[in-house]
Amino acid sequence: MSHASPTVTAVRGPHEATGFFRTYLYATDHKMIARQYLLLGLIMAVVGGYLSYAMRWQLAWPDTEVPGFGFVGPETYNVLVTNHGTIMVFFVAMPILLGSFGNFLIPLMIGARDMAFPRLNALSFWLLALGSAVVLVSFLVPGGAASAGWTGYPPLSAKAEYTGVDWGLTLWLLAHAIEFAAFLLGGVNFLTTIVTMRAPGLGFGRLPLIIWQQATAAILFLLSVGPLIAGAIMLLMDRIVGTGFFLPERGGEPLLWQHLFWFFGHPEVYVVLLPALGAVLEIFPVFSRKPIFGYTLVVWATIVAGALSFIVWAHHMFVSGMDPRLAMPFSITTILISVPFALAVFAMIASLYRGSIAFELPMLWALAFLAMFTTGGLTGIFLGSAPSDIYLNGTYFVVAHFHYTLISAVIFGGYAGIYYWFPKMFGRMLGTRLGQLHFWSTLVSFNVVFFPLHWIGIAGMVRRIANPLQYDMIAPHQWINVVSTVALFGLVASQLVFFVNFFVSQLRGRPAPANPWEATTLEWTTPSPPPHGNWGEALPVVGRGPYEYSVPGATRDWLPQRTGAAAAEARP
Amino acid sequence: MFLSWLPENVSTFGRDIDGIIALIYYITLAWFIATMGTFAVFLVRYRRRAGRPAGYIKGDRWREVAWVLLPCLLVLVLDLWIDFKGARVWAKVKIESPASDVHIRVTGKQFNWVVTYPGPDGRFDTADDKTFLDEMHVPAGKPVRLTLEAKDVIHSFFLPNLRLKQDILPGRSIPAWLDAMKPGQYELPCAHLCGVGHSGMKATLIVHEATDWDAWVGEQWSGSARPGEKT
Repeated sequence: MSHASPTVTAVRGPHEATGFFRTYLYATDHKMIARQYLLLGLIMAVVGGYLSYAMRWQLAWPDTEVPGFGFVGPETYNVLVTNHGTIMVFFVAMPILLGSFGNFLIPLMIGARDMAFPRLNALSFWLLALGSAVVLVSFLVPGGAASAGWTGYPPLSAKAEYTGVDWGLTLWLLAHAIEFAAFLLGGVNFLTTIVTMRAPGLGFGRLPLIIWQQATAAILFLLSVGPLIAGAIMLLMDRIVGTGFFLPERGGEPLLWQHLFWFFGHPEVYVVLLPALGAVLEIFPVFSRKPIFGYTLVVWATIVAGALSFIVWAHHMFVSGMDPRLAMPFSITTILISVPFALAVFAMIASLYRGSIAFELPMLWALAFLAMFTTGGLTGIFLGSAPSDIYLNGTYFVVAHFHYTLISAVIFGGYAGIYYWFPKMFGRMLGTRLGQLHFWSTLVSFNVVFFPLHWIGIAGMVRRIANPLQYDMIAPHQWINVVSTVALFGLVASQLVFFVNFFVSQLRGRPAPANPWEATTLEWTTPSPPPHGNWGEALPVVGRGPYEYSVPGATRDWLPQRTGAAAAEARP
Repeated sequence: MFLSWLPENVSTFGRDIDGIIALIYYITLAWFIATMGTFAVFLVRYRRRAGRPAGYIKGDRWREVAWVLLPCLLVLVLDLWIDFKGARVWAKVKIESPASDVHIRVTGKQFNWVVTYPGPDGRFDTADDKTFLDEMHVPAGKPVRLTLEAKDVIHSFFLPNLRLKQDILPGRSIPAWLDAMKPGQYELPCAHLCGVGHSGMKATLIVHEATDWDAWVGEQWSGSARPGEKT
């Protein structure tokens, strides 16, 4: 095991805040960069949410004027459906769950002063900001923004004449390339930091689980994104210089894109999911005052699920026209992936057994994550089974399924983390009353938006149609679209409650103590918010595992990881 | 909760697919009730109460770990059950195909289904071909062989009532088959985003009764030969 030598860190010295530009724009401090990622993710979430509002309005009341947006119709609808997906996955989920949580927590939880490469870190963020800007600009160019679906399947995406979108789609591809570069640099930084800069005494077996999850996510991303970058460049060349990698009339193969896309696409799902799962795994022990059940098992489940995620990609392609004999092997690997995730879910439930469960806000979000994620995981079996997928592929059942898995990660896991670490990040407590309102209204409206979409999908409604009333099979079920849309207004309104709480609490919230939740991990031994360099004179020394709650014979129900005098000061 | 939302099935293999969906439904429903039930009981029973400390259970001994590993083993067994039952159905629908004397070529293009019958000579691209736009006729109770092609972008041939879906890649001919059991009219939407007219790209499948089918064929080719039969 290697540790950063304290003398080396001392030579670089703790960061000094110097002026507005160095503090807020060219910031290299990991905590400021984490806040930048969070703000960027939230801003893009507003954009992605706005698109979903226009989309759902169109689905409920097709071809009517959308208040605050205008007329949608089929052309704009395809733009909405494409960019909603792109923005939410690449410019909301990843910035918040990896960018923000990873940057904030990795140094603080492993006892480092910053990330291994602080300037590279700033570069990652600003590349992502550039990528976000390119996505937004793509709405303004002639011909409008990309409209070939978030998966961008060629030939539709390979020739401007097929969609009528020229520069918009090229910029969309470019934005992805920039985003991938940003997170590749970020991933290298995460891994280097976790491997080389852990505090004395912090072996891998004592790492908080979220650090394991962040590391696994970074590795998955590093290993899977290469083929898609290659694919994106090939597609760009098909569009710009007239190659034919994906165009059959020029000797190309459309299916190749799908393989490249989903070889990345499935691990990417876990890139988003794992950090959220990690946040929830941090929160369970704190609010049930128990160690997480089966730490080693959960680590292995994470690694096995990550490894399996590389050999399941063709389950997105059962009916794609690939050789049908390939389907069953991929169906088997896909359904097998339920085993490690079932293990994680069972371990989380077992962690509650004989606990002392306090339903505080972070815990409410974490518990809701578990319920929503279990639902989404179970509906996944319907799609992982090749014969059942013949019918369900491409229907709203898929839409419902992945919103239960992704929203459980991004919204429930994400808010669990934000509510839990907000005091550390901003030095103030989030308002409880608004928080309660936010949680309950989100939980109810989310389920009313998405659960009925399973039904309409089973009834045969296909994805990415702008007007369900064009289908005789679906028209009698149109009330489901109306209910789902009305509930979406509630879901959006609930998030406004959060935004108010988020900004008002930063200014007027109750000042946060160092360790408001009586938690054991290292970050809670720093002041809230932590100063530059995090640890003052000496790096922390770690004496035990991350979840020592209710240890028999101890004088209080938690024993901090950090040993020595500093640990005693961490008491609230 | 789920199964009653399935539209009426009118194809032979549709029953098998519905059987798999039902199997998965009951298995996942049982898991949902078991996990969420346990979860709910724990939340109520182990809510924080003064004077009741939490237990210290790390789950690092086999006796404890068995509580999660045994259910995982059950998950694995049920997974394999779904896979093995499913493999047979998949092979039936997508790999094997029964002998058939009706052969139809369906071409997807932005934004229509072009349905071509080979005519009495049984060969496509000859003078006696007949082509229909957004309309497809098949006999009831007979296997029908399909050749699926796409002219421009990817389309997806979807017959919800027959539980058949197949994406179509431009540049390839993809075989498929169906056997409709019940006469009637059914919708045939495109299930893959194919451009601005994707929404509303659909055809009607008309399943004819046996006698009715012969009459229809007679009408089209003014002979008595069935399409696909050599004269």
